[in-house]
Amino acid sequence: MAVYKRTYKGYEGGLTPGWSRFLILPRYSYARLFHSKFLLMFLAVCAIYPIGATLFIYIAHNLSFLEALNIPASRFVDINEKFFLYFCNFQSTMAFLLTAIVGPSLVSPDVTNNAMPLYLCRPFSRTEYVLGRMTVLMNLLAWITWIPGLILFCLQWNMGGWAWTKNHLWIASAVFIGLFTWSVILSLIALAVSAWVRWKIAAGGLILGVFFAGAGFGAAINAVMRTHNGSLIDIAQMMSTAWGQLFHYDSGNGISAAQAWGALAVVSAISLWLLSKKVRAFEVVK
Amino acid sequence: MQSVIELSGLSVRFGSRDILKDLRVSLSGRSIGLLGPNGAGKSTLILALLGFCPLSSGTASIFGHDIRREQKRIRAAVGYMPENDSFIANMTAVSFIRMMGELSGLPKDAALERAHEALFYVGLGEARYRTLGTYSLGMKQLAKLAQAIVHGPKLLILDEPTNGLDPPARLRMIKLIGEMRRSGDMHIVLCSHLLRDVEETCEEVLIMKQGRIVHYSNLEEERKANKRFVELETRGEEAGFADAMTALGCECATAGFGRFKMVCPEGFDLKEIYRYAATRDLQLRRLNYRRDTLEDIFLKAMEA
Repeated sequence: MAVYKRTYKGYEGGLTPGWSRFLILPRYSYARLFHSKFLLMFLAVCAIYPIGATLFIYIAHNLSFLEALNIPASRFVDINEKFFLYFCNFQSTMAFLLTAIVGPSLVSPDVTNNAMPLYLCRPFSRTEYVLGRMTVLMNLLAWITWIPGLILFCLQWNMGGWAWTKNHLWIASAVFIGLFTWSVILSLIALAVSAWVRWKIAAGGLILGVFFAGAGFGAAINAVMRTHNGSLIDIAQMMSTAWGQLFHYDSGNGISAAQAWGALAVVSAISLWLLSKKVRAFEVVK
Repeated sequence: MQSVIELSGLSVRFGSRDILKDLRVSLSGRSIGLLGPNGAGKSTLILALLGFCPLSSGTASIFGHDIRREQKRIRAAVGYMPENDSFIANMTAVSFIRMMGELSGLPKDAALERAHEALFYVGLGEARYRTLGTYSLGMKQLAKLAQAIVHGPKLLILDEPTNGLDPPARLRMIKLIGEMRRSGDMHIVLCSHLLRDVEETCEEVLIMKQGRIVHYSNLEEERKANKRFVELETRGEEAGFADAMTALGCECATAGFGRFKMVCPEGFDLKEIYRYAATRDLQLRRLNYRRDTLEDIFLKAMEA
């Protein structure tokens, strides 16, 4: 590599395809993120529940093992939609916390350091930038949410046989759609907050605040107005209602699934609008 | 010759304020200077060329590519060094430049190689593994230059590249710009309010004022056109000097008290003046052989 040659020369080699360039941002982000021991430890903690659930499925299908331990098989719950719903609830909470840890560092350094013009003066669009940054979080969330969820389903499929799978195949789509939607919502909110709040700690706090403040205000509106519409500003309740539809149970939030999906779409649209205001090469000061 | 930048009635408006007004010009030089006082619209013109701000009317093209329709092709061919600090503080210079190279389309390995080369080329070779947040202002300027050239652009746009640099660092930056211009691989647009920077590096100059082009000049041609501009101060027998010079083909104006201003024709030998002075016992106290400086051109344009 002729690094000592100090005359300028142009580049004449090949170029990478344009569609793949958004994947460059996650690569550099992971190189930075995985320097954090705290993040690595947190990811290890996120794996505890899926590992426990894997063992549970394995033991539930090995009666001889249970007999050896003198545990009656009836004490084990059935592997059904409730089992996966508990999994989703627990892992979605971990996903929420992971978002609060990783999210603030995604866009704010670029905005703070005025790096946007450097990204956008290249053959790299704003959409690709947002997609690249979103991929950082979506990938991490996928590895703690729907990927282990589907692995558990496949394990149960393998151990429970085709008869079980035939009756419960919808659970796989519920796990995937429910957790994927949750990841998208979390990622968009985290990116929007990260774009607007430059101080990482404040951004992390605000990501938590969006959910807790929404829940607080929602509950207050429901109590004062004697209505259920306050749940429409509580993202956790919206998601719970949407999951209720996916997992065939009544969430008891008082809002319909259509309202919940609609409200989630509005949250996504607002997050994208906020992002579009900040992810640009320059700002016009009015 | 294919024009590098062609502006066709380009106008930009922010709110109710016209920032650029009906700009029309075709620029084809290897190095083009954008001059003007603060607020003249130089940086906005650059942002418009990069497709960063919407045009209110008209259009422009870079290397024949329309800036409205072919932004990706234009951005692939352009390297941009912004005026303000632009970097990612916690990245090392080499990984930052490499990432910028990759975003421009270079494969991973080529981007790494080019990042090292670009950093050595701008003089940051020894500091390339330091994080950008620890760089001095001059080093940050050089890092910005490195990210702008890492992908080997055909057009390099430099917005106030010598801002905040001390004299040696400024000289180094000017030298680098000159070298890149002479390499023949790229065209350069230099946006500055420092006349010396533009004069030392550019062939063509576009002077802007209040969002309009007030003067376009090809410095090379102006230099040639004015190279016989002579100021004289004499003592002694000056009568007939003006006529004699006019007879030799010069345009000669008397400024009184033995002072003359002459524009000499192509091929005129200055020794003719000395010969005439020797035969008439005329003392030549001062002979100032000068051309219009960019400062003269700029001040004239500002008065217009």
